[in-house]
Amino acid sequence: MTVQELPGAGADYRPTPPPAWRPRIDAAPLLPDTEPHRVLGTPAADRLDPALMRRLYAELVRGRRYNAQATALTRQGRLAVYPSTVGQEACEIAAALVLEEQDWLFPSYRDTLAAVARGLDPMQALTLLRGDWHTGYDPRECRIAPLSTPLATQLPHAVGLAHAARLKGDDVVALAMVGDGGTSEGDFHEALNFAAVWQAPVVFLVQNNGFAISVPLAKQTAAPSLAHKAVGYGIPGRLVDGNDVAAMHEVLSEAVRKARAGGGPTLIEAVTYRMEAHTNADDATRYRTDAEVEAWRAHDPIMLLERELTERGFLDDEGIQAAKDAAESMASDLRDAMNADPVLDPMDLFTHVYAEQTGQLREQAALLRAELEAEEQ
Amino acid sequence: MATATAAKPATMAQALNRALRDAMADDPSVHLMGEDVGALGGVFRITDGLTKEFGEDRCTDTPLAEAGILGTAVGMAMYGLRPVVEMQFDAFAYPAFEQLFSHVAKMRNRTRGAMPLPITIRVPYGGGIGGVEHHSDSSEAYYMATPGLHVVTPATVEDAYGLLRASIASDDPVIFLEPKRLYWSKADWNPAAPAPVAPIGRAAVRRTGASATLITYGPSLPVCLEAAEAAREEGWDLEVVDLRSLVPFDDDTVAASVRRTGRAVVVHESTGFGGPGGEIAARITERCFHHLEAPVLRVAGFDIPYPPPMLEKHHLPGVDRILDAVARLQWEN
Ligand SMILES: Cc1ncc(C[n+]2csc(CCOP(=O)(O)OP(=O)(O)O)c2C)c(N)n1
Repeated sequence: MTVQELPGAGADYRPTPPPAWRPRIDAAPLLPDTEPHRVLGTPAADRLDPALMRRLYAELVRGRRYNAQATALTRQGRLAVYPSTVGQEACEIAAALVLEEQDWLFPSYRDTLAAVARGLDPMQALTLLRGDWHTGYDPRECRIAPLSTPLATQLPHAVGLAHAARLKGDDVVALAMVGDGGTSEGDFHEALNFAAVWQAPVVFLVQNNGFAISVPLAKQTAAPSLAHKAVGYGIPGRLVDGNDVAAMHEVLSEAVRKARAGGGPTLIEAVTYRMEAHTNADDATRYRTDAEVEAWRAHDPIMLLERELTERGFLDDEGIQAAKDAAESMASDLRDAMNADPVLDPMDLFTHVYAEQTGQLREQAALLRAELEAEEQ
Repeated sequence: MATATAAKPATMAQALNRALRDAMADDPSVHLMGEDVGALGGVFRITDGLTKEFGEDRCTDTPLAEAGILGTAVGMAMYGLRPVVEMQFDAFAYPAFEQLFSHVAKMRNRTRGAMPLPITIRVPYGGGIGGVEHHSDSSEAYYMATPGLHVVTPATVEDAYGLLRASIASDDPVIFLEPKRLYWSKADWNPAAPAPVAPIGRAAVRRTGASATLITYGPSLPVCLEAAEAAREEGWDLEVVDLRSLVPFDDDTVAASVRRTGRAVVVHESTGFGGPGGEIAARITERCFHHLEAPVLRVAGFDIPYPPPMLEKHHLPGVDRILDAVARLQWEN
């Protein structure tokens, strides 16, 4: 019997699965909101915790100052490059602050600020960008993975680590950060799929800042939103205003709580904007207009919070000044630390390739040592 | 008692399976993962019975995604586990290369030694089993060219066990290349008293000889031993060196042999151009120039994409091609 001869087989015949087949889950609850979640400036702001908000405010101000200082350091030749997060501080700060001490952060190359907000020494966080080594800290000590330059490749690491922790019975959540461009990479998809299948305690945070270097989101994806991508993997997707630090904190904490309780992964898309160029080496005027940037300036994360808190009487001039002073002192410490020339040992080049040097590396180390000794004489 | 511990014929596949089992039993942080490694025991049955014995959390059928498999293994190793990853076939490991090159090979270095990654990546490699396209690649040169990885390949049943145990015990990532056409090769082997864990980075002289050295590894070892036997009739007394480890490379054993014999042929399935043989020949030349009676020759696979199964016998270095090269070692200026 051919398909054409099957009962009911007409020109529009399509084989249907047997009745036992059904989708594993109802996709509807996984669908993200159509509008980014907001708290500031909405009735939801009534539930704000003043102490937490003041803390977030101080961190935002410090983060902005950190961005400015790091950018200045590139002009002075103290940093090889710096990808600024001006405008995205709410995402960076919230991501760091929702984690418990035992949790792990998996930052992308742009997320130095999140690492600093998690408590990493600002100077150690900049080692990669200064160029004296690749990672300036012990990831196990601070539970921050090395800043990942190859896009989205750190996401499967976060899944594996969270999975391993759960196998060991440890109460650990991994939070992994990626940009909008990074969501096109295969590793993004594989990480989401593994996390979903393993129900790993992971939170994926996409900072949709509008551009991957010069390429706008519309040329990156045809999906209704990046949060929608979660649905196909069977995990919830959330859409949130990335400039609203209260909303970011709320959505991220909820996802972390859920992961910790064994509820599996969540994908969060934070809608934000990169106010500065991709890095100091980029010319943003080639691909976007001043008008667009100005429109986002009116939606600045610090301004949104400051307005809300002062209107509610949670923050006064004194509080604002205190935040500024703390930020200023961080910046001046960083400046001092970065103005000292690092002392580098070229022999380190051979020290950390393998646990034990191979014969091949021992020969090459001897060559370099001889060259260094000759230079000294 | 004595009979229970007697050596019996065992296949390389059995020795590998035993090595995995012993490693898992000895160390609870050893985790196996890959495609079909669970109920099926892997397409070559190397992980046979391990899910049953150790549970799905220790021997895990993963989603079908090589970058995901290796990428999640990185995270697991970051948290203190010792993942052993199976890539189903040589040419299907390529999607994982980004994770391999950018993270696995570099994590120790990037973190100044703070975060070593003890991951073993098992890759069945090479041809000669009549596999269709994408099932017979010899990809060792890619791995060798990447600092931070050890590259190991057994050619005997005993080494299959000893080197795999050593690889899993290593604090560095190891590419463990399994010569798939030797999976069913047999040798007397005593599973109750397996050979001690073989140190990574030492070559073995499998046959001593005086007139030339064949340098080889993995699937080409039996071919070279056969060629050495055949060469006896023509008056050649060939030494055969089995590298066992491509990285680190055992310059000492190789150079000592070539200094004794004065002549060398490197034999492997991988392409000659840009293949391991070029590196090996250069190393020999640098160390043994004054001892050489002839140029170091290479007998390698042709510089072509791996051929279809019905033509692979023309591509693979065989006894005759090795003997022809040996004849050319009778170098006249
Ligand atoms: C695998 C990979 N391909 C290309 C690059 C070069 N690159 C660096 S940043 C970038 C754009 C990233 O955009 P997005 O993911 O949106 O992050 P953002 O920079 O906006 O934070 C590109 C293409 C890279 N780092 N890694």
